[in-house]
Amino acid sequence: MIDLTMDLPGLNLKNPIMPASGCFGFGREYSEFYDLSRLGAVIMKAATGDVRYGNNTPRVAETSSGMLNAIGLQNPGVEKIIENEVPFLANYAIPIIANVAGSTLEEYVKVALAFNKTESVNALELNISCPNVKEGGIQFGTDPDMAATVTEKVKEASNLPVYVKLSPNVSDIVGMAKAVEKAGADGLSMINTLTGMQIHLETKKPLLANKTGGLSGQAIKPIAIRMIYEVKQHVTIPIIGMGGISTAEDVLEFLLAGASAVAVGTANFQNPCVCPEIIDALPRTLEQYGFQSVLDAVGKGYEA
Amino acid sequence: MKKQLEMVVEKVNEIALDTIEMTLSNVHAAKTAQPGQFLHLQVEGHALRRPISIADIDRENNFLTVLFKKLGDGTKRLAMYRPGMTIDALGPSGNGFSYEPSMKTVLLIGGGIGIPPLYNLGKQLKNKGIKVIAVLGYQSKEHVFYEEKFNELGETIVVTNDGSYGSRGFVTNVLDQVADFDYYFSCGPVPMLKAVTKALHGHQGYISLEERMGCGIGACFACVIPTDTEGGYRKICKDGPVFAVNEVIL
Ligand SMILES: Cc1cc2nc3c(=O)[nH]c(=O)nc-3n(C[C@H](O)[C@H](O)[C@H](O)COP(=O)(O)OP(=O)(O)OC[C@H]3O[C@@H](n4cnc5c(N)ncnc54)[C@H](O)[C@@H]3O)c2cc1C
Ligand SMILES: Cc1cc2nc3c(=O)[nH]c(=O)nc-3n(C[C@H](O)[C@H](O)[C@H](O)COP(=O)(O)O)c2cc1C
Repeated sequence: MIDLTMDLPGLNLKNPIMPASGCFGFGREYSEFYDLSRLGAVIMKAATGDVRYGNNTPRVAETSSGMLNAIGLQNPGVEKIIENEVPFLANYAIPIIANVAGSTLEEYVKVALAFNKTESVNALELNISCPNVKEGGIQFGTDPDMAATVTEKVKEASNLPVYVKLSPNVSDIVGMAKAVEKAGADGLSMINTLTGMQIHLETKKPLLANKTGGLSGQAIKPIAIRMIYEVKQHVTIPIIGMGGISTAEDVLEFLLAGASAVAVGTANFQNPCVCPEIIDALPRTLEQYGFQSVLDAVGKGYEA
Repeated sequence: MKKQLEMVVEKVNEIALDTIEMTLSNVHAAKTAQPGQFLHLQVEGHALRRPISIADIDRENNFLTVLFKKLGDGTKRLAMYRPGMTIDALGPSGNGFSYEPSMKTVLLIGGGIGIPPLYNLGKQLKNKGIKVIAVLGYQSKEHVFYEEKFNELGETIVVTNDGSYGSRGFVTNVLDQVADFDYYFSCGPVPMLKAVTKALHGHQGYISLEERMGCGIGACFACVIPTDTEGGYRKICKDGPVFAVNEVIL
């Protein structure tokens, strides 16, 4: 028997596969395709302090082996999410991770505090890296001091483990990781999307209404692997890895690079059943490469 | 549980310039499809699926017909699929056109590749004894398709933007020639829908909208449309693509 379990702060995972934030809504649509209790965990769409409509459309564009998105954190606000969405996901016996976003320090703290009220949420994913929101202007995700401050404040406010979601749009990813680890992060989640742009030849203008968008999908996998590989060697907290995963082989690559669990985002759009299919395929893939458990494989890519 | 469908390509025909008519077979899809719904087709080598409306439904033979325009890479590749090949599809997706037997006369207004979803709707309306009038707009003569098929449903007026066939201009130019109707159904590019809803202000109607989609099932919030100025919205892929005219803000 191949052991797929993984114990992480606040998260008792029966397998290391979870849908990535923003690519799965609050699970309802995908629950029409399969039993969500098959998942290792679920990461909810970003929650902000108040309701947000998000950006104008078009909000997505297709690219070579990936896509750009600029949704702009559309969500009903944290209170509505706790009232209407968390109870639905709590019907499934899986850990729930809440993705916390904001434009100000106060907003992050407000959202984190609100999640203390519900017993069904097991951990926070602190989204300091959404590239698609302009207001606020504070770049929490690209300045190590700001990242450390927001991590500290949210840790103070919350009674849940905090996974800080790192932006790849930085020159020193290791410096960012160390800064949030020092500030008390319980884990890391990486990577968010890379800022990109597509120009529409018909109109000769940027295609997305927001002009720029976040690149995700297979195109970004090598960047995610490289960043996790570098970061893992400098931190002791666990990493939830993501960026272009669509197969069990991709998952193994992330584990070898140093991730302890993974999230699958864009691949859900092509194949709504991709998560359970990866879960089914993972034992064989691990076995094929000589591993008895998920834990066995974590970090084997750089260990001597 | 919902699942991805394997649809078999039965027929592929180029019926007008860059316009492909494709017949697909699948029991589940053909048994459940409603006019106005769409299929979300996975074209080999593409990260995102392509939404294409259902143009006709043949429940006896389990066939669905789609019509699409060769535009970019995805639809060009789709046009190369041959009978016997399979296509992975999600759907039938979204909410289609709804009509009531109490309707007496219905006006269908289609622009370009927005015409196909109105075809099966027109057929169903006619079968219910509802009178159908169609106004169809195309770029030019070589783009015209399904004129005869709409003629079989009822009075059909064709316009082309360049005047190379039918009247010259836009669909809105001929709306005053149309007899009385109690409902209208329209599908086409957003500028056309804006003009139509403005010209037919005061009439009840339904419009079918297009927007770039991500998941196509309502999870990713890519294809939303505002319903008011206070942050209200609908998801085109799930709540639509068909909406009552006063439900959304174009
Ligand atoms: C509900 C719905 C029903 C549709 N029904 C039909 C139909 O019956 N026949 C038809 O020919 N077309 C239809 N369209 C438009 C069709 O989806 C696009 O023409 C097609 O996706 C273009 O793909 P491409 O690869 O050729 O173009 P590309 O420009 O290469 O596509 C790039 C990306 O943009 C998206 N995209 C580009 N144009 C559109 C558009 N107008 N609407 C939505 N997404 C777009 C593509 O899906 C893809 O993700 C419909 C769209 C929607 C939303
Ligand atoms: C449409 C879309 C919406 C997203 N929304 C969020 C979000 O709300 N919060 C967040 O932290 N990440 C968000 N992401 C980023 C993903 O969670 C993930 O980090 C990224 O897409 C890389 O993984 P992938 O290549 O598997 O998609 C979003 C991505 C996409 C494509």
